[in-house]
Amino acid sequence: MNQKEKRKERLDRGIKVRCDGIYALMSLREMAYLALPRLILIVGLMVAPFWITQEYWQRVLTVACVYALLAVGFDFLAHYVGLVSLGGAFFVGVGGYVSAVLNTSLGLHPLLSIPLATIISSVICTVLLLPCLPLRGVYFAIATLLYPLLAGRIIEALNILGGTDGIRGVEGIPGHYTPIYIAIISGLLFMFGLRRLVNEDIGLVLRAVKDNDQSVRASGINVTRYKALGVFLCALGGCFAGASLVHIYMWAGISLFALDFSILPIAATVVGGAYTLVGPFLGCLILVPASEFLREFGTLRIVFYSFILLAFIVLKSEGLFNFAQRKYHQFERWVEV
Amino acid sequence: MDVVVYGVINSVSLALVALGFALVYGISRLPNFAHGALYVTTGFITWSFLKSLGLNYVISGVLALIITGLVGAGIYRAILIRIRGMAISEIIASYAIGLAILEGFRYWGFKGMTYTLPTFTKKTFILLDVPVDGHRVLVVVLGAFVMFLLWAFTHYTKVGLALRGMAQDERAAMMLGIDSDLMALLAMGLGSALAGISALFLLPLGNIVVEKGYDVLIQALAVCIVGGLGSWAGAILAAFIIGFAQVVSTAYLGAKFQMVVSLIAILTVLILKPSGLFGRQKELEERV
Repeated sequence: MNQKEKRKERLDRGIKVRCDGIYALMSLREMAYLALPRLILIVGLMVAPFWITQEYWQRVLTVACVYALLAVGFDFLAHYVGLVSLGGAFFVGVGGYVSAVLNTSLGLHPLLSIPLATIISSVICTVLLLPCLPLRGVYFAIATLLYPLLAGRIIEALNILGGTDGIRGVEGIPGHYTPIYIAIISGLLFMFGLRRLVNEDIGLVLRAVKDNDQSVRASGINVTRYKALGVFLCALGGCFAGASLVHIYMWAGISLFALDFSILPIAATVVGGAYTLVGPFLGCLILVPASEFLREFGTLRIVFYSFILLAFIVLKSEGLFNFAQRKYHQFERWVEV
Repeated sequence: MDVVVYGVINSVSLALVALGFALVYGISRLPNFAHGALYVTTGFITWSFLKSLGLNYVISGVLALIITGLVGAGIYRAILIRIRGMAISEIIASYAIGLAILEGFRYWGFKGMTYTLPTFTKKTFILLDVPVDGHRVLVVVLGAFVMFLLWAFTHYTKVGLALRGMAQDERAAMMLGIDSDLMALLAMGLGSALAGISALFLLPLGNIVVEKGYDVLIQALAVCIVGGLGSWAGAILAAFIIGFAQVVSTAYLGAKFQMVVSLIAILTVLILKPSGLFGRQKELEERV
């Protein structure tokens, strides 16, 4: 054995260690180290609508942020509450239909019907998902996968809510920049809000539910209640996404329950990096424009998509954000063993 | 009488469709979401051999089955083996593979109503006063025969017994010298070939379209969940329950309700008894 084996050693950067506590406030450099990544994302998104002049790509950005709401919700529910939901489309569909009905039947202004629909439909979704909450792992995943399918088929079979034609004549959001900024700001708020939340006490309970629900139960805490809370929070994002999509497209139809809304957020989470909440957001900002670039390939883009997803799952399962975060906080070197 | 005859035919078709999925899941605990894609793959390969190369129907069918089996085994060897045991990754990865195959077919021009396979026979039988075309009768007979073969294979051959050993307790099977990776590979190949067999039997009844891949996946899932994931006897019983439920709902409520009924069946079973009608109750693993 004269062949020397090497191993990669990872060490935290000095500046990262100095930034851990209150001492980060000691110098501008440390503060910048902490704030810059966040500021780049926030300021970048705020400036982007003016920087992108074509209306088409502005729309793409809006849709990307709407998807980001779903993806962040998926990541939160899957990796902080332990419920892997394959039914993101259900949230979108319920939110969208409720908002469309509020707008067309009651004549509410879009800026009023979107938040109202978000809350109403989140409650509806949570109540409908309540029977599934005790389920674990694959069983919950499959059950949630069926919800949007079932909802779509029921609307089709009973011919309610406009049937296959959908609800037309939904009022659009007034103003050119309003829908874009609604999407961007709500996406950012949702993501940073959840990031804050999971570090509070309640986040601790939620993570405990994920890791060992029996011990949570033994501590006298109602597991189902916390799971319901998690689903409600996730549904808030998803239903808001659906409600705003309906007003952006000025139409609500069965395609709101399409599988895309369940699959793309998961793909974004895999690509962006699970367990981070920011990762899925970035994943959406990458994947949605990428799929627009690939649009000219027709359905072949779904093939590309699947291959990207597979490559990430098999080869780089940590995702982009975890990778970038590691590079940012740590340096690596080879040491001989 | 219509309901009885067509209920039996529908049930056997469902059982055939679900058999491959149940086999793979039962043996290697791998939810193969590419099942529907493999089903459609067999159809298109058979069509290509039959129409483009002009081969005999039987030869092209057998070749297509072998290719599909190899494709399934290849998928397992190349991709799924690396993520085995991570349930969600397995679902996402196998679904992505299925999506890639199906949408790939769509891109390469396999779409529309032009792709059909000929039926096995043109005769019509009268069963219980109901006229049934010969192909459907053959499907039931051959389907029962395939199930019998599978049963004999898993009960009386060494490989079959090893597969069942894996299904019952993987660790104990490994201790007795059964190569679990090899068996899982075999199971995946066999399951894909079974998906192919069901495709060969059922596709002549309609067009070969990409959308069938998604429907087949949902049907297989429905049957396997209602019957209990991993239980073959349960899957066959569930196929009969769902099959009859679908035929009855089509007869009395309308065709649109067919899918609604099977979806509601799955959801109810999932919520009330996640391990299905015949699954072993593992309370702690599936619910809090």
